[in-house]
Amino acid sequence: MQFALLIYESPEAFAARNADENDPYLGAWRAYYKALVEAGVYVGGNPLQPPETGTTVRLKGGKRRVQDGPFADAKEQLGGFTILELPSLDAALEWAARCPAASIGAVEVRPVSPEYLRRVTG
Amino acid sequence: MSGSESENTHWSVHRTIERVARESYGRLVAYLSVHTRDVGSAEDALSNALVRALETWPRDGVPQNPEAWLMTTARHSIIDQVRHQQVAEASEPTLALLREDSNEPNMTLSTDFPDERLKLLFVCAHPAIDPAMHTPLMLQTVLGLDAARIAHAFLISPTTMGQRLVRAKTKIRDGGIRFEIPQARELPERLDAVLEAIYAAFGIGWDDMAGVDQRGRDLAEEAIWLARVLLQLTLGEAEVHGLLALMLHCEARRAARRGPDGRYVPLSEQDAQKWSRPLIEEAEQHLGEASSRGLTGRFQLEAAIQSVHAERARSGRTAWPAIMLFYQQLIRVSPTLGTQTGYAAAVAEANGPEAGLAALDGIDRHDVCAYQPYWAVRAHLLQQLGKTAEALDAFDRAIGLAEDPAVKQFLLQRRG
Repeated sequence: MQFALLIYESPEAFAARNADENDPYLGAWRAYYKALVEAGVYVGGNPLQPPETGTTVRLKGGKRRVQDGPFADAKEQLGGFTILELPSLDAALEWAARCPAASIGAVEVRPVSPEYLRRVTG
Repeated sequence: MSGSESENTHWSVHRTIERVARESYGRLVAYLSVHTRDVGSAEDALSNALVRALETWPRDGVPQNPEAWLMTTARHSIIDQVRHQQVAEASEPTLALLREDSNEPNMTLSTDFPDERLKLLFVCAHPAIDPAMHTPLMLQTVLGLDAARIAHAFLISPTTMGQRLVRAKTKIRDGGIRFEIPQARELPERLDAVLEAIYAAFGIGWDDMAGVDQRGRDLAEEAIWLARVLLQLTLGEAEVHGLLALMLHCEARRAARRGPDGRYVPLSEQDAQKWSRPLIEEAEQHLGEASSRGLTGRFQLEAAIQSVHAERARSGRTAWPAIMLFYQQLIRVSPTLGTQTGYAAAVAEANGPEAGLAALDGIDRHDVCAYQPYWAVRAHLLQQLGKTAEALDAFDRAIGLAEDPAVKQFLLQRRG
């Protein structure tokens, strides 16, 4: 089954993206990506631009409400996601613990919902 | 009595309750559940008794025999529960417990109720119980750790851990698992499962690094405590001595495993003067006891390897050929990935990196795709051999599979 690892990062981690090639956080991410691919569990994923680049849209009473910034105002913000193919939640939690963001931010593990996808796509 | 005096009494009573709870928890749960096979009810009853103790002891004073008081109170709580559910529906074992209570009125006042913890340990590591639950069950039923703390250590959500524990206890109650010491012919195998479960608790505390994190330290201490209880109950089985020796040797190095800045320090670079002399001595005593029985089980061999490492504190060097030989024997009894990787590392130290790499190549590549130590050793050996590109690749795998930030940091620096 597939799991999404939702990567929540601190402002420091977002700032570190501008660091040079020898940045340890970047190195840890490269290594993590390689380990995921080599273990045959990597399905896909993407990093996101920092939260201040986000724009949130709602329709309130038919009127557009556009808010500058991310959906939730929290210290740690969604910084990217990874989809993994794994046999169990336990295995997904193992991989989440190895994720470089786990030690300085947080990693939320969510099962992907193929049932709901089928209902949506018909 | 002045306010502060009464507060002092209050705290000392609380400490007494904590101490009695810790020391007697497993003994009481084991005794209360041995007839009913209902570990969950026994735990509930004991919790009720501890709550009662917190209410009444500060007021009435600590009873002369706190453990017997808790046992009697817990037993009454079970009886109340049964009455509540109507006696007609009560199961036969529970009725037996009730009868026992009424037939032996003095029994509850005496201190010497039998120690049934060994039976409880065998139940927790019973082959009918999911092996992944052996350790959590022991931590909860014998040591009284709460589900949330166990979940934390096992990297499982507290709700899930709670559900799994309840399911396992239901299986013990309804699945016909008997509270007994296994027959002689199956004893070694059954004892092995108990030892494995204790060592798993220690291993989690250990990997979890490294002495800085409180959750790791706690769990390692709990595992050592469990092994001491087991040793006492089995009257000195060789492998129990072996397990205790192994854990004490590792524990002796805790202070040396991190630099002052929290940096990870590998065993070969640890300052041997920082190792705990008393713990090493105690470990050596247990290893001596074990080997005097002339058997060489898995845990004795692992302890023997750690004993050779500990020698460095005295001699200043490590006898790698001896470690290699112990690993060879260990592979015969326990051919795990850990053993094979340890063997390869020892071969490399004794006979050079080329030989070590050959030993690593003997391990199935598929099995190691998510096994971190393999890649760490491999990276180290490839680097020594000047195979830079391959070394970088192996370092990446090792870093990507590492959980501890300090280990990641260490490997990133080595990788260069």
